[in-house]
Amino acid sequence: MSIQVRIPTPLRRFTSGSEQVGASGATVGSVVDDLERQFPGIKEKLCDEKGEVRRFVNLYLNGDDIRFLSNLDTAVKEGDELSIVPAIAGG
Amino acid sequence: MSYVTGLRCRECGAEYSREPLHVCEQCFGPLEVRYNYDEIRAVMSRELIESRPRNVWRYRELLPIEGEPKVGPHSGFTPLVKADRLAAVLGVKELYVKDDSVNHPTFSYKDRVVSVAISAAIEFGFETVSCASTGNLANSVSAHAARAGLNCYIFIPDDLEQGKVIGSAIYGPRTVAIRGNYDDVNRLCSEIADKYRWAFVNINIRPYYTEGAKTYGFEIAEQLGWTFPQHVIVPTAGGTILPKVAKAFWEMKKVGLVDGPLPKIYSAQAGGCAPVINALHRGSDLIAPVKPNTIAKSIAIGNPADGFYVLRAVRDSGGWGEAVTDEEIVAGIQLLARTEGIFTEPAGGTTVAVTKKLIELGRIPRNESIVISVTGNGYKTLEAVTASCAKPHHISARLSEFDALYAELNPPAAKAAS
Repeated sequence: MSIQVRIPTPLRRFTSGSEQVGASGATVGSVVDDLERQFPGIKEKLCDEKGEVRRFVNLYLNGDDIRFLSNLDTAVKEGDELSIVPAIAGG
Repeated sequence: MSYVTGLRCRECGAEYSREPLHVCEQCFGPLEVRYNYDEIRAVMSRELIESRPRNVWRYRELLPIEGEPKVGPHSGFTPLVKADRLAAVLGVKELYVKDDSVNHPTFSYKDRVVSVAISAAIEFGFETVSCASTGNLANSVSAHAARAGLNCYIFIPDDLEQGKVIGSAIYGPRTVAIRGNYDDVNRLCSEIADKYRWAFVNINIRPYYTEGAKTYGFEIAEQLGWTFPQHVIVPTAGGTILPKVAKAFWEMKKVGLVDGPLPKIYSAQAGGCAPVINALHRGSDLIAPVKPNTIAKSIAIGNPADGFYVLRAVRDSGGWGEAVTDEEIVAGIQLLARTEGIFTEPAGGTTVAVTKKLIELGRIPRNESIVISVTGNGYKTLEAVTASCAKPHHISARLSEFDALYAELNPPAAKAAS
């Protein structure tokens, strides 16, 4: 499945400044792996050694936090949008 | 004069200079302002602080600005109310309420963090300030932006209490209401902050913003006579204030202003949105986000960015945390209003109700000093208490009708006793 991925500012140095890139995979996890293939080094910023999403990273598939879905196993369909957002709060 | 040495990642320790950055480029962790405490210790004293105006800038050496404060000349130094009637009801010896419901200019603790954030934003050269807000923050940012002559954009969830919406709009910002909850608003704002280069006080200015929360703690200790209380209960939303109140007490000790054991800190959340309390009770470090469902909208943050730091501050201090139902929250608001004449909003009701629960559970001893943190004003959230307030008695303008009403309300047995 090919989808669009929104890249936050701190990660744009991996994507040559692009704020939106295409990627493919059947699940969010495989999309992350595809991002790593295209932009080596990016996965380490998103996931820890165990392959789990880092505490301060939020991944949203079509606006839904993947932790409310199936985490990295969440299925992805054609045309979906994955947003990578650093954790922020307060207000 | 600034004693800031830079920013440091709270997770991996990477260091940065003093800039409008909020996220570590190595690990996405949050950045925190670092100070030279030795230099601060050499200049800060009780006498110096006491000589200054009664506002947040009283403790300016421990705040991250370089020059003169730009906003907030009347923010902070809110009353620390000795709550004897509430203490009697709760069955405790020594109880205080730190009352930010009367903070200036927008009646919530947010005026502290916004004063610092906007002063820093002006120093960084920003001309537009903004925030993602459940209401109190938007009120505060709009008001301070108006006074400073800055452009302002406010982002809110579209189901916010009317008092809070008008309470920002009146100052003249552009208000954008998002179809979604607060976490949706936050996510969008993170993307907007990236793209538009505005000073989002709780996003790219966040490390400076959060430092303002320390003033809540500094004042508690100063107002108790340069003494630490033994127990402090703090509401937890995104997780900003509790860790910074803990840091404030720690810093006062570090720079030689107050001595003695640091307080135990307790987190208060609403049962309908208690991701931090859930993790605390599970004995876990991992906070699972929740979908909020509570009347306590100002603390309805299902994905608290600083939740981990709340857990650590609570555990390190030997404190605890509890969650309470919406009914208990309303009862908490009423109890505080009826015993001490302080009208707080659901976040404050949550804190009162959780304090009661912690005392009843034996977590907080009855003979030690306790401070309840009130962070907002009930006049902004009338909807929350409307159903539970006693309705007025209606009569015509006739003395005889009043006499009859009075007799009905004060039956003979009670009259004889009084």
